[in-house]
Amino acid sequence: MFGKLSWAAIPIDQPIPLVTGAVVLVVILAVLLWVVASGHMPYLWREWITSVDHKRIGVMYTLLAAVMLLRGFSDAIMMRAQQALAFQSPGFLPPEHYNQIFSAHGTIMIFFVAMPFVIGLMNLVVPLQLGVRDVAFPTLNSVGFWLTATGALLVNVSLVVGEFARTGWLPYPPLSELTYSPGVGVDYYLWSLEISGVGTLVAGINLVTTVLKIRTKGMSYMRMPMFCWTTLASNLLIVAAFPILTATLAMLILDRYLGFHFFTNDAGGNVMMFMNLIWAWGHPEVYILVLPAFGIFSEVVSTFSGKPLFGYRSMVLATMAICVISFMVWLHHFFTMGAGPDVNAIFGIASMIIAVPTGVKIYNWLFTMFAGRIRFTTPMMWSIGFMVTFIIGGLTGVLVAVPPADFLLHNSLFLVAHFHNVIIGGVLFGAFAGYTYWFPKAFGFRLHEGLGKAAFWFWLIGFYVAFMPLYAVGFLGMTRRMQHYDVAEWKPWLMIASVGSALILAGIVCQVLQLIVSIRDREALRDLTGDPWDGRSLEWATASPPPVFNFAIPPIVAGEDAYWSMKRHAREEGASKEPDYEPIEMPRNSPTGFVCAFFATVMGFAMIWHIWWMVIAGFIGAFATFVVFAWRDHDEYEVPADEVARLDRANLLARRELLTAAGSLR
Amino acid sequence: MTAGALAEGRDPGFVGFADLGYEGPAPKRIVTGYGFWIFLLSDMVMFSCFFAAYAVLLGQTAGGPSGAQLFNLQNVAVETGCLLLSSFACGMASIAAESRNHFWFQIAMIVTCVLGLAFLAIEFREFADLVARGAGPSRSAFLSAFFTLVGCHGLHVSGGILWLLTMMAQVFAKGFRADIQRRFLCFALFWHALDIIWVAVFSVVYLLGSAA
Amino acid sequence: MNILDPQGPIAVAEKTILIDSIGIMLAIVLPTIAAIFAFAFWFRQSNPSAFYWPDWEYSGRLELVVWSIPALTVLLLGGVAWIGSHQLDPARPVAGTGQGVTVQVVSLDWKWLFIYPDQRIATLNTLTVPVGAPLHFQLTSASVLNAFFIPQFGSMIYTMNGMVTRLELRADEVGAYQGLSSHFSGDGFPDMLFDVHVVSEPEFASWASGAVRGDRALNTDSYKELLAQSVPKDKLSYRLDDPELFQAIATQKIPPGPGPEETAKIGASHVR
Repeated sequence: MFGKLSWAAIPIDQPIPLVTGAVVLVVILAVLLWVVASGHMPYLWREWITSVDHKRIGVMYTLLAAVMLLRGFSDAIMMRAQQALAFQSPGFLPPEHYNQIFSAHGTIMIFFVAMPFVIGLMNLVVPLQLGVRDVAFPTLNSVGFWLTATGALLVNVSLVVGEFARTGWLPYPPLSELTYSPGVGVDYYLWSLEISGVGTLVAGINLVTTVLKIRTKGMSYMRMPMFCWTTLASNLLIVAAFPILTATLAMLILDRYLGFHFFTNDAGGNVMMFMNLIWAWGHPEVYILVLPAFGIFSEVVSTFSGKPLFGYRSMVLATMAICVISFMVWLHHFFTMGAGPDVNAIFGIASMIIAVPTGVKIYNWLFTMFAGRIRFTTPMMWSIGFMVTFIIGGLTGVLVAVPPADFLLHNSLFLVAHFHNVIIGGVLFGAFAGYTYWFPKAFGFRLHEGLGKAAFWFWLIGFYVAFMPLYAVGFLGMTRRMQHYDVAEWKPWLMIASVGSALILAGIVCQVLQLIVSIRDREALRDLTGDPWDGRSLEWATASPPPVFNFAIPPIVAGEDAYWSMKRHAREEGASKEPDYEPIEMPRNSPTGFVCAFFATVMGFAMIWHIWWMVIAGFIGAFATFVVFAWRDHDEYEVPADEVARLDRANLLARRELLTAAGSLR
Repeated sequence: MTAGALAEGRDPGFVGFADLGYEGPAPKRIVTGYGFWIFLLSDMVMFSCFFAAYAVLLGQTAGGPSGAQLFNLQNVAVETGCLLLSSFACGMASIAAESRNHFWFQIAMIVTCVLGLAFLAIEFREFADLVARGAGPSRSAFLSAFFTLVGCHGLHVSGGILWLLTMMAQVFAKGFRADIQRRFLCFALFWHALDIIWVAVFSVVYLLGSAA
Repeated sequence: MNILDPQGPIAVAEKTILIDSIGIMLAIVLPTIAAIFAFAFWFRQSNPSAFYWPDWEYSGRLELVVWSIPALTVLLLGGVAWIGSHQLDPARPVAGTGQGVTVQVVSLDWKWLFIYPDQRIATLNTLTVPVGAPLHFQLTSASVLNAFFIPQFGSMIYTMNGMVTRLELRADEVGAYQGLSSHFSGDGFPDMLFDVHVVSEPEFASWASGAVRGDRALNTDSYKELLAQSVPKDKLSYRLDDPELFQAIATQKIPPGPGPEETAKIGASHVR
């Protein structure tokens, strides 16, 4: 009746997941009860859960990322603690448990922190920067978000019902095949990612179409903000790479569920094929993550240096070059599989070639700062921290791109330090910079600066203290994923690394505090005009938070840094007449995304536990949801002209007051 | 773009009359079609993974039967005929939809559906037959790759049939409304794309697989 | 296990490439980082003596330099990569004294089996080799992906079931070293360390002739016992009854090892 599911699935004998699960469940129930009891549920349902507004969806993606960062980081703290303690000792985490923790850590951080974070920021900002009202497919956008949330939910359910994969964040066969991983762990991983992969693909299609087909008048390609270019590149990669992940995980699912032989040891399965396929997805994936971060840095450095981005055309070329070359380097993830010198060398050289456009970007940011007037706000601090940290990460990356060097360093903690160097120093610092930079746009008030800077310093110093020792211990021969060890020389480095993780914890605490304090002090931190940073691109040309339609009148663009020229004209030519307001059609909210994800969760859970009738029920539910959605007669509603006028007038007034008060905007 | 449209009232950014270089957001029908094309491209990437797996595992018969021993090319020819004709019927349905002709639309869709179902029936029978002969997907890596690639295409056809029936119901209930036309455009693209993939399937899987 | 303390020519060459590459890149990276700090400091808003060029956004000459620096660095390192990949290809024979020793390596869950087909012996979790002689490794896996790695001797290589990978090394100093598996393979993975004893040629010969007279035999049956998932306490040595054993393992004539459920049925337990 319930397939493989039984009461034995609950980890009564493992205190850590049991207590954690219980606490989290209580907190979730408490929050839900409070929301319902205080009457906020209708608001939540109407304004957020069923919203198809890209700004709301962007915020929800970012919130998902933030919550999952806490979960992924708890895994990290446990891992560092275990390795600091487990010298000639079993530590406090037995192998079955430790192996799930590092697998969950990687899976969560990549798929449910980094991806939602960058997708959330792209969703929030890109339509605003393009001067349009929403993305190409708003309801699909909602579906994509909720399917991603489904994946995150399933991974977390595995903590209390069953187990998670014990294979690492990429489930290499034969270890991930049924023979060597007979439990439900790998199945949780597979279904969670198959479902959220659909969500990601949907976001990719949406953003590519938006950037290519939905821009405001006059915004030709070479007048788009840099962040839109990197969004385009990143989402082209999503569209091209995620189907590979879907296909490869599907093959593993078929092996495990129906006895197929894609990657089994017997009957002709080919383990090397998995490596090639998964990394053909895996390498573009990291560029999917880092390209939006590069875009964020272009925006932040330019704004806080008071100068246009240096070498815009070069940056565009470099971005698209990275996009294309990222598909040509995947073999560097398994130089040691024995492909032979020619193949290894070609892929090594290709991997180095990708460092060229990346280096160009760093230099262009450097020259954007040159002869600028730099303001050291929190986003700018993150950017400078990124530039230094990412260069080091890039250096170690080019190092392991040399095959004979990789023959010594593959799978070592040196490698672990390298990829954390570029993901934390690149993607996460970029996400934090973007979060701080665009927070006022999303919510109408800035984040507390002091706590932001404190968080930055804890993160920066904590990162170096946590990961530089890992480079050292990699040189000392330590390989990754060791639950215990008895090489004495490794211990001091691992202890230092655990101190680093404590510093990062302090940084995260500062970030949580920053959010609480900022909400409490929001009136003092209020962004009255919509342009708190003296910005250069169109998102700053509207109120904070923007009205649902973003712009009362679609802006018309004649060059790069469109808003900067608009401000210049306004200063030179003074106030203009009030614009002619017209009614605006906006897409209606829809529960399709949420309901569809509900059925996807049911189907995923049922697949994991082999509850076949539930799978069919879930499928019927999902199909019914789509048909109901298709039967909608009214998919848009109209915002009347005077409502548009009222909202816009208030913002224009605030801006003019600021302009006249300041004389010039400095 | 006339100077009138750029009158101050609609030009709060003080851009003035200029050669704008880009006319503004594309109309809905184009955006929908474009987005769906991108989806189709992504689906083709997924299929290409299954093609790649098939190519890699072609020789891995684990002592079991190979393509040459299993494939019935007459079946494949009939299947191909069904699918190609169904694409033609779908094309007829597109014309009917454009001329807003309910009767011919529904007829063309029924023909498309019947031909698609015929394709599926033949394919299902082929699969059942192979399994009965002990040449199921768990027999060898080659057969796993075969069943997955051809089966994935078959699953897409099945999904397409579900979509087809839904479109028929929609047009029947609500007529040729703009949003339903856009959806039908996507459906037609999907159905034709399935045909294109099938051409690749029968070339790579059946023709090359028989020669191997 | 310090890779910066190499004990064989492969490791020496790889360390050289490592240090040289780091040096080449630091020559670019350090000035760039210095420039980042310098520009950030000098062009801070509060500095009245810094010039401000609010419209400066392009310079052809600068672009040329900016593209050239990484390009030239990559050109140089690309050459290093090409030459290094060929000279240090794992399967490339290494010169040394004498004929050399062939060692057939099987990674099991969770231990290493070393078969010496010419000496007709086999050892578990301990590798003894003569100093200065070329070492010809042929590697396979009994079950899941693993990687054979002796950090101070040089390159690591994957082991895969149903396939044979090759590695050529040489040890240049007598002594005791350690090797490990550098690819995660399951619950017993952290215990897959093995001892490496580099001894003189005569010592190696006498050790081998002693081991072959031992009473523990490695044949298909005793191998199948090893296949069950376990972590052995002792580093046993065997005489090799079947010189074709490695072939049988590598071609899957002996099927791959069992997983946890099969192992439980067989009755072998986790020896920890």
